[in-house]
Amino acid sequence: MPTIQSIAGELEPHPDVALIARVRGGDISAYDTLVRKYERQLFRIAQHITQNREDAEDVMQDAFLKAYEKLDQFQGNSKFYTWLVRIAVNESLMRLRKRRTGKMVSIDEDIETEEGSVPRDLADWAPDPEQNYNQAELGEILRKTIQGLPQGFRIVFVLRDVEGLSTEETAETLGLSIPAVKSRLLRARLQLRERLSRYFHRTKAVKNTGVGK
Amino acid sequence: MTCKEFLALLDDMIDDSVTAEARAELDAHLGRCAHCEVIFNTTRKTIEIYRSHEIYELPATLRDRLHAAIMARCKKAC
Repeated sequence: MPTIQSIAGELEPHPDVALIARVRGGDISAYDTLVRKYERQLFRIAQHITQNREDAEDVMQDAFLKAYEKLDQFQGNSKFYTWLVRIAVNESLMRLRKRRTGKMVSIDEDIETEEGSVPRDLADWAPDPEQNYNQAELGEILRKTIQGLPQGFRIVFVLRDVEGLSTEETAETLGLSIPAVKSRLLRARLQLRERLSRYFHRTKAVKNTGVGK
Repeated sequence: MTCKEFLALLDDMIDDSVTAEARAELDAHLGRCAHCEVIFNTTRKTIEIYRSHEIYELPATLRDRLHAAIMARCKKAC
């Protein structure tokens, strides 16, 4: 039977745990540190979902305030960051609902059910294809491409592949099953790959294509 | 292994979470199927590009403004 000491030795507490304890003890400067640590990620996630910069600014502020007010409800079973992301995702979806007054918005939107088709595109990409575009062009290509994904795929891809959450954390954050996350992730990756092929194709990757103009 | 079977394991292969046995089968399929090799390489590259390019940056001035606003609201909520 493991001793308390050996368990403590195996499971190093996450640095956020001490910061949260300090916030709960009334030290707001510890919350300042947590906000500083995660504000960029939350802004990115909010912008990916709302696709609107002003909304992303509001979501980021509201999410941190809500997390602060509800810190007592944070159980510590999951990481603080995962809990924070869940709040930001919900705030983002609420913001979208407000924009599309009356229309339901959920992460299930636009999800087709067809599974398992093998992509037909055989065209290989140029080596280091992103080198064929300048930073502004590449940014525009990447934004346009990911914005074209159905929302339910886009959120899974962003959390799992861009922000580095595990499959389990992504499932927990979005209230999805693990198989649902895996299925959406595969299809998100394949759809993005196919869409990027238009720009990165070995013979089509020509400089100054006028993207975004 | 068929292309469909390969595709079902594509994510696990990209995430390096397959058994050594499955990995050998996947590698063998890749060795004889140019189609799946392209899918595998370009999908991996897709993820890499999105990971290494921040497409929604938070400029320093905006970051400072938002940070100050968040902390002011939190202090008010104390």
